[in-house]
Amino acid sequence: MERIPILKMGPFLLVTIQIDLYDRLALTLENDLINMVSQTGARGVLIDISAVSIVDSFMGRILGNIASMSRIMDAETVVVGMQPAVAITLVELGLTLQGVHTALNVEKGMELLNTKLINNWEQDEEEEEDQDDRND
Amino acid sequence: MNTTAQVLEKNKSRILEKWMQNQLSEDSLRDDLMSNEELQRQSKEMLDALLRAISKENYDNIYAIEFEQVTDTLRDISITRARQGFSPRETGAYVLSLKKALSEVLIEERANDPSTLYKEIMDINTLLDNLSIVTFETFIKGREEVILRQTDEISEISTPVIRVWDGILALPIIGTLDSARTQIVMENLLQEIVNTGSNIAILDISGVPAVDSLVAQHLIKTVSATRLMGAECIISGIRAEIAQTIVHLGIDLSNIKTKASLASALQLAFSMTNLEVRKNDKNKGFNIMR
Amino acid sequence: MEIVREQDVVPFRNRVREFSTRIGMSLVNQTKLITAASELVRNMLKYASGGKVILEIISLNAKTGVRLTFADQGPGIADVAMAMRDGFSTGRSLGLGLPGAKRLVNEFDLKSEPGQGTTVTVIHWKHGR
Repeated sequence: MERIPILKMGPFLLVTIQIDLYDRLALTLENDLINMVSQTGARGVLIDISAVSIVDSFMGRILGNIASMSRIMDAETVVVGMQPAVAITLVELGLTLQGVHTALNVEKGMELLNTKLINNWEQDEEEEEDQDDRND
Repeated sequence: MNTTAQVLEKNKSRILEKWMQNQLSEDSLRDDLMSNEELQRQSKEMLDALLRAISKENYDNIYAIEFEQVTDTLRDISITRARQGFSPRETGAYVLSLKKALSEVLIEERANDPSTLYKEIMDINTLLDNLSIVTFETFIKGREEVILRQTDEISEISTPVIRVWDGILALPIIGTLDSARTQIVMENLLQEIVNTGSNIAILDISGVPAVDSLVAQHLIKTVSATRLMGAECIISGIRAEIAQTIVHLGIDLSNIKTKASLASALQLAFSMTNLEVRKNDKNKGFNIMR
Repeated sequence: MEIVREQDVVPFRNRVREFSTRIGMSLVNQTKLITAASELVRNMLKYASGGKVILEIISLNAKTGVRLTFADQGPGIADVAMAMRDGFSTGRSLGLGLPGAKRLVNEFDLKSEPGQGTTVTVIHWKHGR
């Protein structure tokens, strides 16, 4: 069966969607990706949709699902490279992909994930310090 | 007895001469827009086509096949004149002066046969009236095309996307934002974001006369689309009365970064990209530090 | 064109793209039309397990456009006004399909009777207005 390859890059997972997804393939991707996140303990998921010309409400829902599920497993999701025509259409459709981060291209998406990761660490450390304070 | 067509064919050169005279004596003649030779050539072509059509003895139905060439030529002339900036009177005078020339020739030729003359004049009148209607229809269509083209040009011109800094775009919106405009603004902006790889877009609405809920909705759409692309959008140039209407209409802009002036929006953009603008120590102008 | 399986969706979208390219529609308008078509075809598969789509190029008053007619023999829609509302869905979905599709195209017409199936006709003009 056809599958979309998922690449592991450090603490992040990278998916490049090169074809127009039909529904089963999209659902498989959602499934595979979430499994990968749990197996590798990835901290971020980057989905490149620069080659996707049509995103309808189903595809939008898949992206939203991936983001929400990853969030529960402590991974941020960034969707990168959306085409202008697709963005305009999604807005008109009434779909704003709440909870999904976006970036212009893979490079900027990586940057965004990195800063998120650092911020999260800092937060964690602060919380730990807080706890230490309390323990004293 | 000769038919109308034969009479007219025989006097063709005289008709043309009279017609030209009529046209040239018109006050509205625009020799600045068209040379007399050109006019003569155009008129001769027209007359030839018309006489060929009349020889088919059809005066009522100008949509018949034999009139195709006449109406085509006429449409051509009217459209060209509409584009060249002739007035409706000047365009109309072209066909109406032909009517006068034809009637004059017929009156001379049929001096001793009033009943035939009467019928012929009626026929010629009906025919040329129909033709002048075609002229006006086409003329107006020509003008409408001009207007449409200008509308397109205006919407193109009025939405420039300016690159104010590396990674920062500004887009001043001037005039009312309707859905067609919004689409153009969005397309231009998003394409430019892709082209320049910009992170921040500033939408300046100082030039938008009024913001109602529809315009606000268009703005929100533009901001959402920009975010989907992975860029942030700041709306600037919000005047006091616009802020008032926005609140009175209960429009929620709390998710959108708004600033009163383009300058403060730019400042926000700088701080978002970790840029700092500061005065040089020697007061010699600005020095931008990273 | 017959739509019976979800695998038909992508080829169908390509057909719509073919039609809109043929009349020289701009990329944004193409995307809008195809997305709307995709929503409607999904509805057809989900609620009526398939149906027929007719693709046509039409022209009216010097405007050219693409007309798509989606006809199915499904259960129909009981409350059309409700179905056209954002966020309303009888299936488990976002409820954006019908109202979203309507926003994306120039003309939208929906006829449905419970038990009689549903017919949706959409038109999108070349210049998007």
